[in-house]
Amino acid sequence: MIPSAFDYSAPATVAEALGALADAGDDVKLLAGGQSLIPVMKLRLADPAMVVDLGRIGELSGVRDDGDALLIGAMTTHHQIANDPLIAEHVPLLAKAAATVADPQVRHRGTFGGALVHADPAGDMPAPVLAADATFILAGPNGERRVAAADFFRGYFTTAVDDGEILTHIRVPKYTGWGAHYEKFTRVAQQWSIVAVAAMVRVEGGTIAEARIGLTNMASTPVRAAAVEQALVGAPLTREAIATASAHAAEGTDPASDLNGDAAYRRHLAEVLTKRAVIAAAGL
Amino acid sequence: MASSKTITVEVDDVSYTDNVEPRLLLVQYLRERLGKTGTLIGCDTTNCGACTVHLDGVSVKSCTMFAVQADGHSVTTIEGLARDGKLAPLQQAFHQCHALQCGFCTPGMIMQSASLLAENPHPTEQEIRDGLEGNLCRCTGYQNIVAAVQAAADGTVSSNSTLSADSDETETAGVA
Repeated sequence: MIPSAFDYSAPATVAEALGALADAGDDVKLLAGGQSLIPVMKLRLADPAMVVDLGRIGELSGVRDDGDALLIGAMTTHHQIANDPLIAEHVPLLAKAAATVADPQVRHRGTFGGALVHADPAGDMPAPVLAADATFILAGPNGERRVAAADFFRGYFTTAVDDGEILTHIRVPKYTGWGAHYEKFTRVAQQWSIVAVAAMVRVEGGTIAEARIGLTNMASTPVRAAAVEQALVGAPLTREAIATASAHAAEGTDPASDLNGDAAYRRHLAEVLTKRAVIAAAGL
Repeated sequence: MASSKTITVEVDDVSYTDNVEPRLLLVQYLRERLGKTGTLIGCDTTNCGACTVHLDGVSVKSCTMFAVQADGHSVTTIEGLARDGKLAPLQQAFHQCHALQCGFCTPGMIMQSASLLAENPHPTEQEIRDGLEGNLCRCTGYQNIVAAVQAAADGTVSSNSTLSADSDETETAGVA
């Protein structure tokens, strides 16, 4: 399958990329790792007149320490996220989720920022980023602006990134010492999540002091399991207490019904997977 | 009509400079422009892994990359693995363990296995299976594929097979 013809630009800096975007008009797509965009273009579900490739912009790749947070370049690959020592130490949830994305070849090309901007409700990176309260840093014609994760995901494949803007970095607060787990449910290899749960817990003296839980594919956007988080705070570190709290996992969600399962099945999965994710994150 | 781009790509240790349309997929460039038909197109939808090559040493699916993205980079295909007419150990292991039935997935399987072993030289069986998650064998001959990767990792592969020889002589008993 061959995509429609397009013009191609491969800028070397963010400033050049913003210029290329401004020159291109409306019918333009940004190319990150291309592991979602290229298949969509091959199916001709997208046929942009212009493609601006971010792959030559070195400043968009890599992970660095930024005090109380990590600053992650949008073009950092899933493979890098899964293997980065700073992420392993401070936000292991991201590494665990990235390691479940698609397959090794796709993880070598696919990017953290690309997956977040693509905003597939079944994608694995949005829920952990939401659970971690990350901040999205966008470059645009009028300079930089920052968007909280809670305001970033707007709906199916839709984010707060406006035309003419580029996601450059994601600032993820450190959760050093927290337990983390990403529990993903699929039926075959390299499948998208039917439902998945991103969990982080901080344990203090035999009780759960804090919990952060994000749900994948339980609505058109990733959602926080707020009722579970509240129920876990102060709960004893037991399987029974975690199971009781996890029964709230589907509250406030709006899962789709599709060939992989109907909404009721997804709500059930959310409860079961939340229990498993929290138990694993807590090290039980 | 979109404008073409000039790219310079090193493929299997040879540098090529070509004019390409931006929409030309890397796998089409390799097969149709360079004649490197050892890299196969299977599903053409990023699933099957038959088109796996190395880009700067790591595995990628060449049906899901544009040739222009490889400009200035180094690509290794299945045709670049053998050295001085000798099969690479992984190729030898696939031969020795009979890790193929129809053979269509084999180039991609070997390229992904090479990338896996470069990252993890001594994988467990489960790590091999996980590492080959992005490669499908429609004959479902996974058992011997996993055995071949294990044999290559363990170094229990004889190294006397040449590319051109009738390879019956290298069939060794007692493997897998």
